[in-house]
Amino acid sequence: MTFGGWIMLITSIGSVAGLFIWCIYKVLTIPEETEHIHGFEQETPDAEHYDS
Amino acid sequence: MAQMSGSKKESWNSRIGVILAVAGSAVGLGNFLRFPGQVAEYGGGAFMIAYFISFLLIGLPICWAEWTMGRHGGQSGFNSCPGIMGRISGHPAGKWLGIIGVVVPVIIYMYYVLIEAWCLGYATNFLLGNMNFPTADESLAFLKGFTGMEAHGSGIGFAVNQVGIFLIVSFVLNFFLIYRGISRGIELFCKYAVPMLILIAVIIVIRVLTLGAPDPANPQNSIQNGLGFMWNPNKTFLVEEVVNDDGTLGSERIREFVGPRAREEAESVVAERQLALQADADSILPALRIEKVSLWQQLLSGKLWLAAAGQIFFSLSVGFGVIITYSSYLKKDDDIVLSGLAATSANEFAEVGIGGIMSIPAAYAFLGMAGLAGMTSTFALGFIALPNVFSVMPGGQIFGFLFFFLLFLAAVTSSLSMLQPGIAFIEEALNLTRKQSVALLGFITFIGTGYVSYFSTDTIALDTMDFWVGTVMIYVLATVQIIIFSWVFGVEKGFEAAHRGSAIRIPLVFKYIMKYVSPTLLLIIFSIFILQSFFGLAGGEISDKVLLLIGTEDVAPNPVAWGAIAIILAFALLCVFLVSTSQRISASTGGQKTLPNQPEN
Repeated sequence: MTFGGWIMLITSIGSVAGLFIWCIYKVLTIPEETEHIHGFEQETPDAEHYDS
Repeated sequence: MAQMSGSKKESWNSRIGVILAVAGSAVGLGNFLRFPGQVAEYGGGAFMIAYFISFLLIGLPICWAEWTMGRHGGQSGFNSCPGIMGRISGHPAGKWLGIIGVVVPVIIYMYYVLIEAWCLGYATNFLLGNMNFPTADESLAFLKGFTGMEAHGSGIGFAVNQVGIFLIVSFVLNFFLIYRGISRGIELFCKYAVPMLILIAVIIVIRVLTLGAPDPANPQNSIQNGLGFMWNPNKTFLVEEVVNDDGTLGSERIREFVGPRAREEAESVVAERQLALQADADSILPALRIEKVSLWQQLLSGKLWLAAAGQIFFSLSVGFGVIITYSSYLKKDDDIVLSGLAATSANEFAEVGIGGIMSIPAAYAFLGMAGLAGMTSTFALGFIALPNVFSVMPGGQIFGFLFFFLLFLAAVTSSLSMLQPGIAFIEEALNLTRKQSVALLGFITFIGTGYVSYFSTDTIALDTMDFWVGTVMIYVLATVQIIIFSWVFGVEKGFEAAHRGSAIRIPLVFKYIMKYVSPTLLLIIFSIFILQSFFGLAGGEISDKVLLLIGTEDVAPNPVAWGAIAIILAFALLCVFLVSTSQRISASTGGQKTLPNQPEN
């Protein structure tokens, strides 16, 4: 691989890895983000028979 | 009619869950097979520049638009694409256009689950030690036997080297998970499958990057040169002068130099040939010269931009009708801007960060540049070249299993997302329970998958559906969605809706991108695509998928291809009928803020 190839590879992968890590960091560190919106216990309408 | 009264609204369990589900939907075979093939074919560095620009100007804007419209529609009690787009547009045309958002994922599921079964079958056969292919020819022979490419129905059998049993397992698994619902099925599965998928991918990447040059007799066939083949921004070709059939002089690229000293190596070969020609005046050896193609020259290629934009499209699952459905199960103050970006970035990491350094370099190291010639398409790379590579790689049995199991997991998380829009639509249009909707959709997709699986010769049925739905209709839906968001719903109102409860803000420049740039680019790309594929204009050739339908002077229209079109049309007409008779979806274009008996979130 040429020097230009290395630059291209590192820049491309660095960009997407940086963005991914930043997003995960934000999702995990913003307090509201980690709150559970609902519980697994909640029944969804598919589990119910409407006619019953 | 059953009533929704008293039922609780189905929804996601956690933010991480919805992010992983959307990321899982986007991460699929395209990340690990289609993307690296495209990068290699269109010149590495140049392709990446076009790819990132397309990501910012097309992919990300449509993604945010879909998240916003989905959540907004969900607040009015709509989870199906016709209902959501009817509500967003406030016009009956919206619900009719929204039908595309049901047809696309359901039809794609019909053939995607078959490819998913191929992945499971390949993984199982690697684990059982049945995959020993010293050459690509043997790998191709296995593929033909396994999938039934040689004769209709020949792959439908229950031996381990036939797809039948794996298709049943994949089909049942998908419907079992979708039956369990949004949080207990899709979300729970993706919460484990997506991290496991990334872990397996990292293990394979480490293995690939430590391969070096596996054949000491061919040191040029190394991982480093394989990476160069993919990523070098400037290309150095060795060109041979040839005499054309009409007697004129022409040239042909016979080799590409990809090593760190590409230029010097090429000059050395040319000098050797010149010396040989000078020494023997009667030599019949053709003259050689070097052709350098710079990054900027490559960027002038329209095909490269079309390929890059297309890859972004298919990779991010925009225009599939999936994101808009998934986000409709969010609550009104749930963040969508950061969640959308996080899911997108996870997909990009899997595609560029993992897919970009795994498949092609490994194939290059074992097969060399000559062995890779013509093997950069998704099918050829995934199901011919790589099985051959794993067969000859030390520890290939386990790494082959891991690789195809990785593809299988990626495919399941994607195919699951293709079913949910259909389920939501049937629930909404017919007011059915999830159990009833799953049964009905299972019956419909069973017919479609059965057709594609049985009419397996040369994968004509599969390719036809993939072209007309997996390519053409996706362009149409994405264009319709961004126009409805920016021009009908209004970009100001759209930004206001997107920022409700958002953890981060969308940069203001995206207002202009979403309103002017994205729709314009999409219309241009789609127009060029139509000119090329349908009329053979704009530097393109008429697509062989079009020729299959209209025939040529020598070949009659293909009945299998027409059968696939009939299935697409039949399902589309069914959707039209259901929309026209559904009071619930018709209410989407009415004035009331929420439907009767729908809970406010």
